[in-house]
Amino acid sequence: MLQTPLRAIAAQSVRRLATPTSTLELTGDAPKGLNKTGTPFTAPNSTAEYALARLDDVMNMAQRTSLWPLTFGLACCAVEMMHFAAPRYDMDRYGVVFRASPRQCDLIFVAGTVTNKMAPALRRIYDQMPEAKWVISMGSCANGGGYYHYAYSVLRGCDRVIPVDIYVPGCPPTAEALLYGVLQLQKKIKRKREAQLWYRR
Amino acid sequence: MLKRALLTGVPVVRSLAAPLSTSTTIAQQQQQTGGEKAKKPTIWKIDEKKREKLASFGRYAAECLPKFVQQAQFAAGDELELLIHPDGVIPVLSFLRGNHSAQFTNLTFITCVDVPTRKNRFELIYAFYSVRFNARVRVRTYTDEVAPIESAYSVFTGADWFEREIYDMYGVWFNNHPDLRRLLTDYGFEGHPFRKDFPLTGYNEVRYDPELRRVVYEPTELAQEFRRFDLETPWESFPSFRNASITSGYEVIDLKQQEAEKKQ
Repeated sequence: MLQTPLRAIAAQSVRRLATPTSTLELTGDAPKGLNKTGTPFTAPNSTAEYALARLDDVMNMAQRTSLWPLTFGLACCAVEMMHFAAPRYDMDRYGVVFRASPRQCDLIFVAGTVTNKMAPALRRIYDQMPEAKWVISMGSCANGGGYYHYAYSVLRGCDRVIPVDIYVPGCPPTAEALLYGVLQLQKKIKRKREAQLWYRR
Repeated sequence: MLKRALLTGVPVVRSLAAPLSTSTTIAQQQQQTGGEKAKKPTIWKIDEKKREKLASFGRYAAECLPKFVQQAQFAAGDELELLIHPDGVIPVLSFLRGNHSAQFTNLTFITCVDVPTRKNRFELIYAFYSVRFNARVRVRTYTDEVAPIESAYSVFTGADWFEREIYDMYGVWFNNHPDLRRLLTDYGFEGHPFRKDFPLTGYNEVRYDPELRRVVYEPTELAQEFRRFDLETPWESFPSFRNASITSGYEVIDLKQQEAEKKQ
């Protein structure tokens, strides 16, 4: 699976190096904004930028195809999170595998009500995760307090404590909704331009 | 009483009449009785024998502990309640646990009710279950914000966390509790959230401060004020209880009755 796009990229790079300033033409059968190779970076300004764009492509693919989330269930949303892991929605198809330690994770599902008492623990767990990490806030409670918005003991949204990438609405969201959230996150990671930004700086 | 006799009397009459009418088959009869049963509302049937036993036990307890038991009563028909003075928690609980004819060895729960209009605003409720006799009893007492109450820990070790929770939520102080600290609320939480005068949104909220690099506590600021929705239906849900007083569900047991019987 890894080899095909790499080969395509390699084959293209030979062609592209000749005319680095030209843009890749969009074809009809590819998704909007993407060419046949599936990369979102279609308009490089220089050879170096082009090379770094391909590096970004490889890095992003490696990251988005093996998102390892932390088992972090706080309330009823955790049950839907389990359904996502179970055979029907089988999250392992997308390379999403639960890990029990934050040090092995690059994703955290905040599944449930975050209380004030839990907030420092959540922040600490987030800090323990290695860099290049993402957060999916799952359900109304984690998004903005939800049912417990006015309660004395509940955090009004987990984004007050950790930066959130994807908000999945619902009370609780279905396993499908969470799956869609993960796919959206993969889409987001695909557009990450870490190497290109490093070069521009 | 008369009503109940009438109600139970109906199927008896039917069964007596059934053999006389030769035309009705057994199947029809069953259908009829089945239909009859389906029409009846599902009401908790009070076991009169058991209720009488519980009443006599209530009288017995009041006789044994006249200093502490102020009243014995039935709630919701057949649930025995002993209303005691707050000083008598340990003696009454030891009696219920140790007395051979009681053996209430299981402490089901301890809970508290806040009624701010009362002089002693907190009402403590202990529920017990006797495994030996398959019976339940509740013990109720009272206190206020400052008066401490004796911990039940020395009699029932299971009271430990119940009392911690009550201390946490209501601020009732328990004397001689081994480890009386907050159970549920946040570390360093101030106030007692289940008191009626505690505001719903509390006093503090938390957020992460990137400069201090830790979670900080700040006074609550709500972006949107709490909204009150009028969810009541224009129709009354329980019209039969419209004018019922709050104590009408209780039935006080006459403690003098037994003594009068003895004299006779």
